[in-house]
Amino acid sequence: MTGPASSNAGSLLVRDLEVGYGAGFALPAMTFEVARGEVVGIIGPNGSGKSTLLKGIARVLPLSGGQVLIGGQDIGRIAGRVAYVPQREDVNWDFPATALDVVLMGRYRRTGWFRRPDRASRALAHEALGRLGLDGMGDRHISQFSGGQQQRIFLARALVQEPLVLLLDEPFTGIDAANRTLLHELIAELARTGVIVLMATHDLDEVSSICSSVCCLNHRLVAFGPTATTYTPETIRATFGGQIAVFS
Amino acid sequence: MIELLAEPWQYGFFQRAMLQVSIVGVLCGLIGCFVVLRGLAFIGDALAHAVFPGVVLSYLAGRSILIGAFIFGGIAALAIGLLSRSKRVSEDSAIGVIFAAFFAFGVVLISRQTTIRRDLGSLLFGSVVGVSNEDVIATLIIGGIVVFVLFLFLKEFTLIAFDATLATSLGYPVFRLDLALLMLVSATIVVSLQTVGNILILALIVTPPATARLLTDRLDRMLALSTAIALGSGVTGLYLSYYARSAAGGTIVLTATACFLLALVFAPDHGLLASRLRGRHHVHHYHPASEPPDATQNHDA
Repeated sequence: MTGPASSNAGSLLVRDLEVGYGAGFALPAMTFEVARGEVVGIIGPNGSGKSTLLKGIARVLPLSGGQVLIGGQDIGRIAGRVAYVPQREDVNWDFPATALDVVLMGRYRRTGWFRRPDRASRALAHEALGRLGLDGMGDRHISQFSGGQQQRIFLARALVQEPLVLLLDEPFTGIDAANRTLLHELIAELARTGVIVLMATHDLDEVSSICSSVCCLNHRLVAFGPTATTYTPETIRATFGGQIAVFS
Repeated sequence: MIELLAEPWQYGFFQRAMLQVSIVGVLCGLIGCFVVLRGLAFIGDALAHAVFPGVVLSYLAGRSILIGAFIFGGIAALAIGLLSRSKRVSEDSAIGVIFAAFFAFGVVLISRQTTIRRDLGSLLFGSVVGVSNEDVIATLIIGGIVVFVLFLFLKEFTLIAFDATLATSLGYPVFRLDLALLMLVSATIVVSLQTVGNILILALIVTPPATARLLTDRLDRMLALSTAIALGSGVTGLYLSYYARSAAGGTIVLTATACFLLALVFAPDHGLLASRLRGRHHVHHYHPASEPPDATQNHDA
């Protein structure tokens, strides 16, 4: 499955991608390709562009240049199948909605205009909550959940999008040890079914344990490649500019 | 009691006012929920002021104030939509500057007319007892369209109000949907002007949903309660104003405010009384301790 021809089928190609962020910060053009089933850890210092890159691929931020293609198709054409999980501080948790309501939002595009989510979508949403250890909590108001649980509601919402690409922005923030293992298994399982996972993270241990590839950012693409060969003390030092001590 | 309720119905003006108030109540109660949830209260106030010169101009031309208000309301909603898109000026300041100017233009227009001065009150504060049959019919038609469109895009408006980022990543035309919502708010304001006037309209749009939010955590119930509260306040306020010989608009708004204050104190979960009682018994409704996996990390993140 690692031959060039087969890895190309359904792969994520980021070509000369430039993301604009107002007039100030922007990421310069970068190119990389991710095969189906890969889990890519995006690392770099604070403000190095990890979130910006994810938002660019998710089309949440406008692109100032380049393309994002999945299996040769522009990502805009399959927008609903690219699931972006933001940091949970990005929304108002006081909104009058239950956990199930929020998860169902992931089905809205599929549901189409002028319709309510159908029975199958609701079943899928319940199942997703169950997979994230929130079984039977769908009827609770979203403010009644802890930070880690809210993060998992967002993940359940991404699951019901039945994503081809899953973009996670610091998914382990506020997650305790037991649920960290649950998330690791979930990500591995998704990868086995061919989902491409891109994950911005601060936790370097996470990269060595679950990521098959690593993307090192520091206002530009410093390095990109398989974890085994790319995730070296040298690249980490180059990425973090000597601000970090590497013990190997 | 029944005589008290039935007595004013012998007058045509009261019948028309009651119909008008009911339509406006339903409309404001529904649209108001999205104004509150999408954080558009300030924009709504700006819109209400921006239509004022339109009202004055149609009055001067001897036409229904709906016409002028509609034109200015449309322009204002478009301008706000575009302003919110450009990142050059701080959105709040820009909206504040422009719509204060619109309102000032209306004031200047009025001040140049000697004949209109005595009607200034009715233009600013509404005069629901003065509505004509045509006004009521126009309100019914426009109100029907607004409610229809609102329910057509209910799912999308809800999504954008909660998480515009998700809506964008799903490929929804967020800007156009926001513009559509602004147009609905603008239309609601225009048809409500004769009931409560420019200054008080925001109260009728914001108070009922704010009250409903205190009483429920579910959006569908919030929509229903907000509508019921706005409708109830309108009908009750109109009766009160008839017997107290007070201005209808102000009385209606005060009735709604009274509902809000009652809910603020007595609401079962969010009320002051409930949280005071909860504090005493050390029961935290909001963070129930019955969650095995995460109960120990409520203070995370």
